[in-house]
Amino acid sequence: MSNVMIYGEIKAGKIKKSAFELASQGRKLADSMGGELAAVLMGPQGEQFAPDLARYGVDTVYVLEAPELETYNSEFYAQALAHMVGEKKPEILLISHSMQGKDLAPRTAAKLGVGHIADCIAFELDGTTLVGKRPMYAGKCYAQWSSTVSPQLASARPNVLETAENPKAGTVEKVAFSPDTSRPTYKTKELSLDTSGKVDLTEAEIIVSGGRGMGGTDYSLLEEMAGIFGPTATVGASRAAVDAGWRPHSDQVGQTGKTVTPNLYVACGISGSIQHLAGMGSSKVIVAVNKDPEAPIFTKADYGIVGDLFKVVPEFNKELKTLLAE
Amino acid sequence: MKSLVCLKQVPDTETQIKVNADGTGIVTDGIKYVINPYDEFSVEEALRLKEKFKEGEVVILTIGPDRATEAIRTALAMGADRGVHVSDEALNQADPLVSAQALAAAAAQLQYDIIFCGHRAIDDDFAATGAMLAELLKLPQVTLVTKVEVSDDKKSAVVERDVEGGKEIVEVSLPCVVTSQKGLNEPRYASLPGIMKAKKKPIDKKTAADLGVSADPKLQSKNYTMPPERQAGKKFEGLEPEEAAKVVVQALRNEAKII
Ligand SMILES: Cc1cc2nc3c(=O)[nH]c(=O)nc-3n(C[C@H](O)[C@H](O)[C@H](O)COP(=O)(O)OP(=O)(O)OC[C@H]3O[C@@H](n4cnc5c(N)ncnc54)[C@H](O)[C@@H]3O)c2cc1C
Repeated sequence: MSNVMIYGEIKAGKIKKSAFELASQGRKLADSMGGELAAVLMGPQGEQFAPDLARYGVDTVYVLEAPELETYNSEFYAQALAHMVGEKKPEILLISHSMQGKDLAPRTAAKLGVGHIADCIAFELDGTTLVGKRPMYAGKCYAQWSSTVSPQLASARPNVLETAENPKAGTVEKVAFSPDTSRPTYKTKELSLDTSGKVDLTEAEIIVSGGRGMGGTDYSLLEEMAGIFGPTATVGASRAAVDAGWRPHSDQVGQTGKTVTPNLYVACGISGSIQHLAGMGSSKVIVAVNKDPEAPIFTKADYGIVGDLFKVVPEFNKELKTLLAE
Repeated sequence: MKSLVCLKQVPDTETQIKVNADGTGIVTDGIKYVINPYDEFSVEEALRLKEKFKEGEVVILTIGPDRATEAIRTALAMGADRGVHVSDEALNQADPLVSAQALAAAAAQLQYDIIFCGHRAIDDDFAATGAMLAELLKLPQVTLVTKVEVSDDKKSAVVERDVEGGKEIVEVSLPCVVTSQKGLNEPRYASLPGIMKAKKKPIDKKTAADLGVSADPKLQSKNYTMPPERQAGKKFEGLEPEEAAKVVVQALRNEAKII
């Protein structure tokens, strides 16, 4: 029996940090329900991560193996996950609201005929009812959502839930699974992942963003800052910079771009429009560099520097380098 | 080429959202409504497909109250051919699975080679309806697409989609459901002649009973709250760049303890 089940996402041969976030949360929920915590991993690579998951409180790791599960595919993965839910009958299923999770969770929910409480930033239990708190209107308000049916499926925003070690003598169980291949799906022809080790915006702990004030495609000052911060930092952009063709669409932060939750967001030459704030407003600390003292970003920034970014950022980088070298 | 575009009317992105007094939802007075920005990419892509194949139809499918007719008319003014408006008090606030069930039932009464959804509606932000609709119709889904190339025989498409930290190119048989996002295209504006023509284009009204769907909710919401208001912090004005940089970097370490 497993009362709580999590789906652990594996990307480019590594288990994602979100799996540990879900395990830590799942452990708490399972403990309050007096139950067990299971994790589902897809593909033969999964087995090696069982000890990591046990460290975060997972009792049983189910590893599903089938040729169709070797690379991610919405139909086969959703079938596999729905199969595990059918077999193990968890009361709660948690998935990450990552790009893959956004593709997988709703399809799995529809297969199971249940709802999907998406993009939660906090969970609590009301008896055995899972209550997920989630931002709506791009974070302009929050609401608590719960399911009226079982199993209760929810996804969690990456980078928000805390990880807590809670070692268990976890076990691994391999599960043979053959998907129904008569259901139409797509075929992956080409998968090009950035192998530079650059972290995705939605998972970054530090984001250095540039807007119209950058004045062109040269983002080297911001790349340099992200580089000084290290591999958990990356570069983002406002829509104005993206629409000008200076940065790719995938870099856009905001209401029609990505919602980000870094520990530190450095906004350079960004005015702070309502749509931009909607995407980055829940960053823990915001630093703004803008030459206009009236720029709206300053009403939200923890630290605002009024000045020309081309003069301030190089000094900032110098300071940072010295400090972080210590 | 027949495209079905699922389109939702949502508050304008400029809207300041306020929670109502008893926390059961948001204050809707004075809200200006627009087409969900992601759905504009869908309309545009469907129009381009019709133009490319020089035949076909673009049908707009919307669930929503009476005011949602305006959003359908705007899409018709962009060039879509007709609208289907599911307007039923019981469905207006439906959760994603119930919405997907209603959309699936409406789609079953229509013909299509491809279905477009926005990858997320910017009001409730679930990012779920498209994938749920695909599953209910037993169709493949390709989410977060930035490029759609339909084969000449309209039997398949090569689609580019965003994945975390990269791109995936997939081949998919039609019909399928794709979910649109920014980068797919630049939506056109409705022209004046387009607006005049749109007035005469048909919009079919449907109720839940017409579609044979029940509105049994799978999710429920409560306790709407406002996020803690972010306060302006320290602003450094009139300092030399060097000095300002030093102060803030030190503060990030000693005060915010973030680096
Ligand atoms: C439907 C819709 C959706 C949208 N979605 C998004 C979204 O997802 N994300 C988003 O970002 N926007 C979005 N927008 C656009 C948004 O309204 C703003 O237009 C955009 O955010 C402005 O970008 P910006 O701050 O870079 O540019 P601007 O507003 O032009 O600001 C540039 C800033 O740079 C400063 N500056 C200029 N030169 C320098 C310098 N040398 N040093 C320091 N500062 C300098 C200026 O003082 C100014 O404050 C959306 C708009 C709409 C209508």
